[in-house]
Amino acid sequence: MNEIVIETHNLTKRYGDIVAVDNLNLTIRAGEVFGILGPNGSGKTTTILMLLGLTEPTDGWARVLGFDPMRQPLEVKSRVGYLPDQVGFYDELTAWENLAYTAKLNGLARPVAQRRINEALERMGLADVADRRVGTFSRGMRQRLGVAEILLKHPQVIILDEPTLGLDPEAAREFLQIIRTFKEEKITVLLSSHLLHQVQAVCDRVGLFSHGKMVVEGTVMELARQVLGGAYSVHLRAVGPDLTQALQKLPKTISVQRLNSDLYKVEAQEDIRGEVARVAVQVGAHVLSLGLEEPSLDEIYQRYFQGVTAA
Amino acid sequence: MKPVREGSPWRGLWVVVAKEMADHLTSVRMGILEVIVLVTAAVTLYMALRNLPSGTSDFLFLRLFTTSQEPLPAFVGFLGVLVPLIAIALGFDSINGEFNRRTLSRVLAQPIYRDALLLGKFLGGLCTLALVLTAIWLMIIGLGIFRLGVPPTGEEVARGLLFLLATIAYGGIWLGLAMVFSVRFRQPATAALAAISVWLFFTVFWGMLVGLIVQAVAQWSGQVQLQVQLELFLARLSPHTLYVESILAILNPEVRALGPLLLVQFLQLEGWGVRSPLPLSQSLMLVWPQLTGLIAGTIVLFAIGYVLFQRQEIRA
Ligand SMILES: Nc1ncnc2c1ncn2[C@@H]1O[C@H](COP(=O)(O)OP(=O)(O)OP(=O)(O)O)[C@@H](O)[C@H]1O
Ligand SMILES: [Mg+2]
Repeated sequence: MNEIVIETHNLTKRYGDIVAVDNLNLTIRAGEVFGILGPNGSGKTTTILMLLGLTEPTDGWARVLGFDPMRQPLEVKSRVGYLPDQVGFYDELTAWENLAYTAKLNGLARPVAQRRINEALERMGLADVADRRVGTFSRGMRQRLGVAEILLKHPQVIILDEPTLGLDPEAAREFLQIIRTFKEEKITVLLSSHLLHQVQAVCDRVGLFSHGKMVVEGTVMELARQVLGGAYSVHLRAVGPDLTQALQKLPKTISVQRLNSDLYKVEAQEDIRGEVARVAVQVGAHVLSLGLEEPSLDEIYQRYFQGVTAA
Repeated sequence: MKPVREGSPWRGLWVVVAKEMADHLTSVRMGILEVIVLVTAAVTLYMALRNLPSGTSDFLFLRLFTTSQEPLPAFVGFLGVLVPLIAIALGFDSINGEFNRRTLSRVLAQPIYRDALLLGKFLGGLCTLALVLTAIWLMIIGLGIFRLGVPPTGEEVARGLLFLLATIAYGGIWLGLAMVFSVRFRQPATAALAAISVWLFFTVFWGMLVGLIVQAVAQWSGQVQLQVQLELFLARLSPHTLYVESILAILNPEVRALGPLLLVQFLQLEGWGVRSPLPLSQSLMLVWPQLTGLIAGTIVLFAIGYVLFQRQEIRA
């Protein structure tokens, strides 16, 4: 198992009577991409701010890379790149000048800073507009400049608060691609969003937030099992004898539906495609296709919050 | 209990100071104010040179700052208005401006403490003010040497520098106040209005208010001594009074005591040179409380801004 990079223990933040974050216990390991998912006001941003030492927790503690964000914020902030949910730059300065200021605040020596700024702008496709005033930038360009700023710190951890907010679908897709490259570089990523399919597309693990609590946590598959019950739907297309009985007998099967003469849908607690194939062949059917219907995070999210509001 | 923070609170301070100064010195806002100060200095200097009393050659250079021609006040009179204006212009949007541009959380996510950002902004503003004032000061002295044909004496230079220092300290008060409001109010316009209101209150209305209070006390108690003391005390709560008193004694070596009477005298700019001048050390003793008052006021205002800023939520 990789080392723990972000850890919180009963982390709590209250604003008067409002509990923004409620006894949060979170563990994120090196190289993971972790997604915080939740409706507005569920405490995502507050959690992130506490991890960076920008807001003081009311109770509990957090560790980022082994440092305490309240006591050692400089250590944390020099190793963690943060993209706020609404990122702003000095409009009257150029992209390059904005990054130069950040580089100086990080104490980078001039030659190092110059090299890193150019690299970062290049990588984010902003090299051509490096000397343009940020006032003329589009939302997408600002967002990419925000990532360029993070990159020039060479961070070990990157925290993104709603990074695709306000981006068009194409720009959002590119952005997710960038997040994947972080993963290849073994950078730990924590990102918050309420765009479920995007989270599903890049995150290794997801935490579902509701009213300041992390209500479920795990891989999308694990979440599906917890929220949807037997989450694995295996689709089998096979011609021959009726397989319903045989499939029902498999130990992990929850239910079997025969959708039409040669199509079965098996709900199971695990991925039992192997067993399904074996049984089908044993009974003497011709297997035409076999597939796993992945649970969608959308479905999980909807199902979960329906359940919560109904309760 | 608050945890002990590690790392220097001043890390990144000079980066912020340099950025602030660069911003101020290239901004249109400061450009306009610099032109106004420059024009004021040029006009009052011209008037002063024409109106310097002939014959007397004592402290000619100091008189460049204080000599006026009706109906215009002298340069120091203008400074009493312009310095607060510049200081407020430098500070009223320093924190809320970052907030509204959404740069605050991004900057504070860099490895610096809030302390460095706030002090950096304050020092950046103060250095800009000092730079502008020093440039004007040098210009006046330089033109003075050119027109008078004699160099200033050591004492004139010392008094001139002290005058410069007092003026910067006076600016520091209004800069500190403007920054407190820039932390407190989200809208820069609100902060600017609040700061200007406070300045107007102390410069224009405070004197009248003190007069009323003293009158009321006079009806209740006949002690003249008490009334005078009360009036002095109340008047000196205003930074404007402190500033006027200090430059009065610094620039006029003949001034031997400070009080309400002399204030009036100063405003009319009469009563020159009848008595023998005080040495610099004596004048300094005279204005020491005023000077320390101005500096202490600046520090207190900065501390208030600091406390407010440390507690503030930085998110939009
Ligand atoms: N300064 C504050 N004072 C009082 N309440 C606050 C403050 N900041 C946040 N809150 C409350 O804390 C709760 C959590 O807010 P937070 O911004 O963390 O939610 P979020 O999950 O990031 O929401 P969003 O998806 O809208 O960004 C909300 O109920 C919010 O009203
Ligand atoms: Mg948020």
